[in-house]
Amino acid sequence: MASVSMTVNGQAVTRDVEPRTLLVDFLRQHLDLTGTHVGCDTSQCGACVVHMNGQSVKSCTVLALQAEGSQITTIEGLAKNGQLHPMQAAFREHHALQCGFCTPGMIMSAIDLVRRNPNASEEEIRGWLEGNICRCTGYHNIVKAIQAAAVEMRS
Amino acid sequence: MAKDGIGASVRRKEDQRFITGAASYTDDIDRPGQVYAYFVRSAHAHARINGIDKGEAAAAPGVLAVLTGEDVKASGWGGLICGWMIHSRDGSPMKAGPHPILAQGKARYVGDHVAMVVAESYHQAKDAAELVKVDYQVLPACTSTAGARDPGQPLVHDDIARNTVYEWELGDRSAVDQAIARAAHVTRIDLVNNRLIPNAIEPRAAIAEYDRGSQGFTLYTTSQNPHVARLVIAAFVGVAPEHKLRVIAPDVGGGFGSKIFIYAEECACLLAAKLLQRPVKWTGERSESFLSDAHGRDHVTHAELALDAEGNFTALKVQTTANMGAYLSTFASCVPTYLYATLLAGQYKTPAIYCAVDAVYTNTAPVDAYRGAGRPEATFLLETIVETAAHETGRDPADLRRRNFIPKSAFPYQTPVALQYDTGDYEASLNKALQLADYQNFASRRAASEATGKLRGIGLSCYIEACGIAPSAVVGSLGCGVGLWESAKIRFAHTGVVQVFTGTHSHGQGHETTFAQLIAEKLGVPIANVEVVHGDTEKTPVGMGTYGSRSMAVGGQAIVNAADKIIAKGKKIAAHLLEAAEADIDFTDGSFTVKGTDRAKTIGEVVFAAYVPHKYPEGLEPGMEETAFYDPANFTYPAGAYVCEVEVDPETGVVQIARFVAVDDFGKVINPMIVEGQVHGGLAQGIGQALTENCVYDEAGQLLSASYMDYCMPKADNVPSFQVALTETPCTHNTLGVKGCGEAGAIGSPPAVMNAVTDAIGVRISMPATPEKVWRALQDRRMPQAAE
Repeated sequence: MASVSMTVNGQAVTRDVEPRTLLVDFLRQHLDLTGTHVGCDTSQCGACVVHMNGQSVKSCTVLALQAEGSQITTIEGLAKNGQLHPMQAAFREHHALQCGFCTPGMIMSAIDLVRRNPNASEEEIRGWLEGNICRCTGYHNIVKAIQAAAVEMRS
Repeated sequence: MAKDGIGASVRRKEDQRFITGAASYTDDIDRPGQVYAYFVRSAHAHARINGIDKGEAAAAPGVLAVLTGEDVKASGWGGLICGWMIHSRDGSPMKAGPHPILAQGKARYVGDHVAMVVAESYHQAKDAAELVKVDYQVLPACTSTAGARDPGQPLVHDDIARNTVYEWELGDRSAVDQAIARAAHVTRIDLVNNRLIPNAIEPRAAIAEYDRGSQGFTLYTTSQNPHVARLVIAAFVGVAPEHKLRVIAPDVGGGFGSKIFIYAEECACLLAAKLLQRPVKWTGERSESFLSDAHGRDHVTHAELALDAEGNFTALKVQTTANMGAYLSTFASCVPTYLYATLLAGQYKTPAIYCAVDAVYTNTAPVDAYRGAGRPEATFLLETIVETAAHETGRDPADLRRRNFIPKSAFPYQTPVALQYDTGDYEASLNKALQLADYQNFASRRAASEATGKLRGIGLSCYIEACGIAPSAVVGSLGCGVGLWESAKIRFAHTGVVQVFTGTHSHGQGHETTFAQLIAEKLGVPIANVEVVHGDTEKTPVGMGTYGSRSMAVGGQAIVNAADKIIAKGKKIAAHLLEAAEADIDFTDGSFTVKGTDRAKTIGEVVFAAYVPHKYPEGLEPGMEETAFYDPANFTYPAGAYVCEVEVDPETGVVQIARFVAVDDFGKVINPMIVEGQVHGGLAQGIGQALTENCVYDEAGQLLSASYMDYCMPKADNVPSFQVALTETPCTHNTLGVKGCGEAGAIGSPPAVMNAVTDAIGVRISMPATPEKVWRALQDRRMPQAAE
């Protein structure tokens, strides 16, 4: 067992973990933050995307120990004072989710895209989403939601 | 109309929990004292199991049990079943080989469940699984759909000759043969409907619990139909009496058919939970989903379409071999028969149709219903052969279709393949689609593409599907082992808030919103005061679940019927409170009114009187809770017209979808936003089948496409933004007028895409039209020209 400390959604946490523990399992099993999901075992579906020091990472591809000292934000930490993040609100407004399983990773990934490229074109959005698989929506409404949220986030 | 009633694009009630990480999927649930299961799966497609040495695994840290087929046998529990009996043309019943929970004697596909290890932690179970020593005698494997019946092929089930499940037929063969002999033109095609892996993004999972006190089980599972799971596991696997098994399907991350079925893993977890007296959790890895979720499609077909000199279809003859995999999954047998051959009339008045289907076992994962289930296979065949016939006879594909459409005036229309379509207007959908696609100016767009060295093609597809599979008496006469009605219970509380309990299950479809809209429309209760409850056999009335685009057409109508009972009872109470005759009470917008007066009681006041019956009609039961069971009179028949335009880069073979237009007739629409979303998702899955997705086994039966690196899921940059629109001919046999929308996109889109690809490159290739395949096809066309 090894001790690991980080800040998750603004809260300092320290836990003893097996060294092989993935960040996603740390979040889900040690902190009970089950909003972050696991959809594959080859780091491709993107259901597990969280922010690590402000950047999107696939938490299935990061060891918990590698996150030592970092700032982690998960889907549970996005809304502030009951106010949805513009990306969350846009996903609901534009029906960008159906079963909801890919949604947390999709939202976290999309926020990082808009941070990097606030004026992303449809083509750039579709290219960025290469690392997030959705089986339900056909991506049409996800693209619309990200475009709408980008407008909100710029203003 | 209520502002959040029928026809309003209400934003989804369920979304709040999904966008904030507060949903509860099966793997999000932990039970006190829970232990973890991991499965040892066969690495061989076909092998005799001479013995299993559990010793080392059983002694590994944390391991509580190692179970094999022998342990299942010793428990007295049975195996899995296929719930739809198909008879061969000679009258003999289909050959259903045994389907054990854990392999007994033989492993029959790569991924077959050979043993189960249960340990205190997931990692302990997984590590110990590697220590289970299985003595395999590897046998030759049968993996070819087309070749499975050939002499000398290895037998998947030793006593089932020629690997043949059934040899089934539908239609008038001699009439078809005569029409083909007389035809002015016969179009003949051979085609493969490629095998797919469903890939709901949430992998299957289960938690099984046994309670010694009640001697009952609770099973949390990723199911589209918890009551059907309870029935099969209780009555056929024999786990417990049906009322001693509670099945909970909480939030479920997509199904697409693959979570209809009853799987070995959940049954094995139930057994381990009973033996260990601890909750047992299993969460599938994606690799396990690829290996052992029921796959879809996998047909090999020869078809002949006869036309007279004017271009009228005179007959269609189809011979299909359908791959069932190694075992018959829960509803596998009906997919290539009653959900396939019965759809071969399509939108056309072809007078004679004959279809023969041979279903075969192979050493591959079981194949069962996947979004569309049989209907995409029928549509792909029909719309490919119709388009081919148009090109062969020099006719415009749209004109040829129009000539052969069942006219609007002909409904109800009896097809030669058993179904009676109630309503439709196929020309309206086609005309709208062609207009939205700017079909008439395609030539100029093609010329523009050619000027930049690209190839452009356009393809049509006019599909029909049969949804809301019913009535029960009819499906029963066709071999279905269950009824296909649906249930609903509406329960008011004192304060006027409503719970709706449905036997259907929502795993992305938005029932919590659309069913609440029905209550708003019928009873005048705002949707904020309505909660839809599903997915727990202890809470909901017995129901049949969600598949076949049935939830609104069957389950929605059940809700409406229960609402009508609420209104009927409410009128009695209101009449008493208002001192009027019951016949004089009207109910609109949530108010009971005495006709021709302004004297009224709101539904809230009436409900309160029902629960606090101080002033109440004599002899009337208190309370306001009503249940309805609804068995439809017929299938519903959504139909539509799709137009796909592609641009192909001849240097790379890459196919880009330049535009995709979908016009659907779903009858009445409850929530247009949700319906459009269902179409988008279906289109992406159909485009995935046409361009990217392919399940590939090698000759030894190894699954080559067993990860997201090898199985190409459609990504955001593989699909375009879609143009979708609706036409409307309301269903005639439910009061809502609804038909169902969940599968249409996946049914109609593959032939539209492939017809466009064929139009662009001048040769028909098989799905998926990958860059390599397209490029090679173009090279093959160029080579003879180069030699000239």
